[in-house]
Amino acid sequence: MYAQEVKSTGQGVKSLDEMEPDERAFQEKINADVKIEPKDWMPEGYRKTLIRQISQHAHSEIVGQLPEGNWITRAPTLERKAILLAKVQDEAGHGLYLYCAAETLGVSRDQMTEQLLSGKAKYSSIFNYPTLTWADIGAIGWLVDGAAIMNQVPLQRCSYGPYSRAMIRVCKEESFHQRQGYDIMMKLCEGAPEQKDMAQDALNRWWQPSLMMFGPPDGDSVHSAQSMAWGIKQNTNDELRQKFVDETVPQAEYLGLTVPDPDVKWNEARGHYDFGELDWDEFYEVLKGNGPCNKERLGARQKAWTDGAWFREGLMAHAKKRDARKMAAE
Amino acid sequence: MAGDTDKLVCELALRMGDNALILGQRVSAWCGHAPVLEEDIALANVALDLIGQTKLWLGLAAELGAGDNADDVAFLRDARGFRNSLLVEQPNGDYGHTLMRQFLFDAWHYPMLQGLKESADIRIAEIAEKSAKEAAYHLERSSDFVVRLGDGSDESHDRMQAALNALYPFAGELTAPDETDEALAAAGLAPDLNVLRQQYDDYVSRIFAEATLTVPEGAVRKGGKAGLHTEEMGYILADMQWLQRAYPGATW
Ligand SMILES: [Fe+2]
Ligand SMILES: [Fe+2]
Ligand SMILES: [Fe+2]
Repeated sequence: MYAQEVKSTGQGVKSLDEMEPDERAFQEKINADVKIEPKDWMPEGYRKTLIRQISQHAHSEIVGQLPEGNWITRAPTLERKAILLAKVQDEAGHGLYLYCAAETLGVSRDQMTEQLLSGKAKYSSIFNYPTLTWADIGAIGWLVDGAAIMNQVPLQRCSYGPYSRAMIRVCKEESFHQRQGYDIMMKLCEGAPEQKDMAQDALNRWWQPSLMMFGPPDGDSVHSAQSMAWGIKQNTNDELRQKFVDETVPQAEYLGLTVPDPDVKWNEARGHYDFGELDWDEFYEVLKGNGPCNKERLGARQKAWTDGAWFREGLMAHAKKRDARKMAAE
Repeated sequence: MAGDTDKLVCELALRMGDNALILGQRVSAWCGHAPVLEEDIALANVALDLIGQTKLWLGLAAELGAGDNADDVAFLRDARGFRNSLLVEQPNGDYGHTLMRQFLFDAWHYPMLQGLKESADIRIAEIAEKSAKEAAYHLERSSDFVVRLGDGSDESHDRMQAALNALYPFAGELTAPDETDEALAAAGLAPDLNVLRQQYDDYVSRIFAEATLTVPEGAVRKGGKAGLHTEEMGYILADMQWLQRAYPGATW
């Protein structure tokens, strides 16, 4: 998932005794691991939180086409070009399933698009960083898709049926993306010294932003408790971040690359890697719109939408004409 | 004379492969920028098909001496060595230009591949067999859009007409035989373009009539088959081949 800062709307978690019968039945379903479906009763807060989370996730997939799309025309081999095309296409497909999942909660795709384009809705900040070299395509697949998988695997068990099912489909494809990204890194690391430098430089730039994809530290994340009770969230941000570090550090070592954090060290007692403090000021700056590519990313989406207006209107005009002709013939 | 035949087959493979590559390259630049999400997906599909076909055609050209492998043929030739039609190198323009370019190409590509399925050379016939199904779908899709947008709103009609006016002069090259095409047809390696041109003209006229679009007058612009391209070509290659040129001999 790429929903790094979803505010839930609940005011603290209620106990079953404090709930009205509807809400209680709803919570009991969740506790019993029964999926909530679109027509089922649900608290307004649950609906709103899910709409925000799913639409944020969908927007991230859509905006996520841009940094990687940036390298399709420059991919180094026909095979890499085809794989990258297929990957970017998958991301658009993920956006589509997710918009459909969100629509089951009573919001339209046009409304969601409007919120993205007006800057009201967020998308993952990771896509506000630039892809400067071919190695960035490897690093994104390896780290960004890797972090996305870490986030999304638990979401396959999300209490909301349509979201959970979308995640099951998406996760399969994301693992393929991660393998492809790692394979790009492998080739670079086995290649000429300039290629290996390119790989190291990409890791240096993508490491911190990738760790931040899990969202702010648990202490600062006030809305987690309600989302957990609702079965929307299964793990805390810090748990997932730790898991990601534990998995990724050995992968970097295998490549012969250095993780750009002097504090990364295996901690025998904890059974985890320790790692340094992240620069959360940067995180909030990017979230506010001051990242290196926020304006370009949103600008590109706005331009696509505005430039495409005549196309969408033309198709509607044709459909109207066709219907009118049909009516006249009858 | 096997040598002469190989030369002809190689030339055909370059023409087919370069058309697929350059159009695939152009279309792929839309990823993430299309007017609706469904079009992002559909265009990526078309580009993927074309890049897949490129691998086959340029792989065959490489076997016949055009280079060490398909990648070298794609990424290490200069503009004068490319054999694609001028049509496919034309800029993306607005979405109407992109769709019109695709339509004018597909309307040739599909019957061409159908003809190549009957080629006396089994390698050609096999690639054509695989590619024709994809091209049939591309043609269905682009024809449908030309009709719907041509006979859509005033603005969509005007934009499609403008695209047709700009691109039609480049379409004629696809069905205008040169000596190589004549030799290919005579050897039973490829269909006769004079016959294909009839089919092409009939088909596009029918679609344009339905789309309420008018075919413009004017001379055919050609040169691509002989490696005489428009100025666009150098920029396409500067983008597409940059990495291979900046890191010579690297594997990726
Ligand atoms: Fe995702
Ligand atoms: Fe995705
Ligand atoms: Fe992905």
